[in-house]
Amino acid sequence: MIIRESVIKYGDNIDTDVIIPARYLNTTDESELASHCFEDLDKDFKRRVKERKIIVAGSNFGCGSSREHAPLSIKASGVKVVIAASFARIFFRNSINIGLPVIVSEEAGSFIEDEDRLEIDLSSGTISDVTKDRVFEIKPLPDFIQGIIKSGGYINFTRDNIER
Amino acid sequence: MNSKKNKQQTMAQKILAEHCGREYVSVGEIVNANVDIVLANDITMPIAIEEFEKIGKEEVFDREKVVIVPDHFAPNKDIKSAQQCKFIREFARKHNIKNYFEVGRMGIEHALLPELGLVLPGNLVVGADSHTCTYGALGAASTGVGSTDAAVAMATGRLWFMVPGTIKFVYSGELKEWITGKDLILYTIGLIGVDGALYKSMEFSGPAVDELSMDSRFTMSNMAIEAGGKFGIFGVDKKTEEFLESRSDGNYKVFYSGPDAEYEKIYNIDCSDIELQVSTPHLPSNARNAKGLADVKIDQVVIGSCTNGRVEDLKIAAEILKNKKVNDNLRTIIIPATQNIYLEALRKGYIETFINSGCAVSTPTCGPCLGGHMGVLAEGEVAVSTTNRNFVGRMGHPESKVYLSGPAVAAASAIAGRIATPGEVI
Repeated sequence: MIIRESVIKYGDNIDTDVIIPARYLNTTDESELASHCFEDLDKDFKRRVKERKIIVAGSNFGCGSSREHAPLSIKASGVKVVIAASFARIFFRNSINIGLPVIVSEEAGSFIEDEDRLEIDLSSGTISDVTKDRVFEIKPLPDFIQGIIKSGGYINFTRDNIER
Repeated sequence: MNSKKNKQQTMAQKILAEHCGREYVSVGEIVNANVDIVLANDITMPIAIEEFEKIGKEEVFDREKVVIVPDHFAPNKDIKSAQQCKFIREFARKHNIKNYFEVGRMGIEHALLPELGLVLPGNLVVGADSHTCTYGALGAASTGVGSTDAAVAMATGRLWFMVPGTIKFVYSGELKEWITGKDLILYTIGLIGVDGALYKSMEFSGPAVDELSMDSRFTMSNMAIEAGGKFGIFGVDKKTEEFLESRSDGNYKVFYSGPDAEYEKIYNIDCSDIELQVSTPHLPSNARNAKGLADVKIDQVVIGSCTNGRVEDLKIAAEILKNKKVNDNLRTIIIPATQNIYLEALRKGYIETFINSGCAVSTPTCGPCLGGHMGVLAEGEVAVSTTNRNFVGRMGHPESKVYLSGPAVAAASAIAGRIATPGEVI
């Protein structure tokens, strides 16, 4: 699968409180969560995400709370993939579990800039920054995690394995 | 058992190995392990239930090992929260969940579970709340997960874990007056940064932490996540055993890191130099000496939460607030973390002190810590809080600010109306 989209760029330590403020955690409705995604960090996110569907960030993306509402609100906003120099571990797990593609790349996370146009080939494992004519290799995830991704998330994966 | 290999394992490795029926697990490998407790709250449990039902299992893996605590937006703060609490209550009834704690018996989860002896040394615990790492103070491997992970763990009793490397922290030297676990952990996060222990097990040790109370140890383990940590673990000692004496039948297995355990890093921290700490907005790693922040005026003080709502914290606050009034220009909100802590504070006269001082005292809830209810900040307002996070908008309006501290600075600041240390107000 090839993702061709342009970038919304954020910095380091983007925490779950700015991804989805706790005051909206009284619902599990994904479109409602999406309507408040990043509102305390970036008032223009809702408008920008219509045109640009890749988030690139620095280190420790998704730090803080375990709220799955955070990756859910990003996914329901239409974001196709999040690339970061590093991810907080609970956010990373949650994203894999719910089927939001996440890519760890220290180089790409720091090099790629706002509005860059990317081509991401998840099967060959490359990120091409078309705007800046630069290619980054994606380090493959462990087989077990790839299995979860191939199943379309941890629930499907679990169901498949229970039935077997 | 290959004893040489065993000597090379950390506590984290040994507990994970035990729970997947192996003698040895290596750092970085992914294992499927049996969990002892699966925890969720009124915010994370609704999604966990929706996901659990998609798996198609009729029953939870063990009705005694699933713990549900409505503590975040409970007592219900609005209609939507009431709906969420109703949803999880109905699930708890349907599945005959033994450890569901209704408002009135409920306490803040990470104070409640240890208090009731639901977590024991050597346990492997997952909770759909990032501060589940708190139970590391009991020598358990315990970590926060999301709702989907909790759903799978509820259905199967198992979960995948990547075996973490360990960073060891050795604390020595004598603590200065008023210093508690909160100051040590804020100092430590300031030293290593908010991702300084990303994916790692933080192992707390050394003569200075041997002297710490269990309450202070819970505070330190609680904030391991604020450095990105997976576990924040202490070895079991006499104090742990004393704490557990009335709470368990002693039927638990204790694990210690082997003498040849490999650490990714060792930090030696001399506590005799550590002053009362405050972390300034908007990261827990912005740890500073409280003394240098005397010009920060404040609108609200919160003493409570899974980090600092225990008896030791209330005792310190009461000592400072005794026969004093909180400043006219601010609100002080004190929240004992569980009903038992509330009762003990009542018996010891702390609650009377707080009310006489002009503090509001609340039934247990996470409420203000995450800007939910019971103390939400307005635009431009500033709080000193004994909670765990000071991210943008954490306690309310995105233009508000939170300074994190321990109970001594919080209580002194409540009197002074600005950031202060006890010496300035007593």
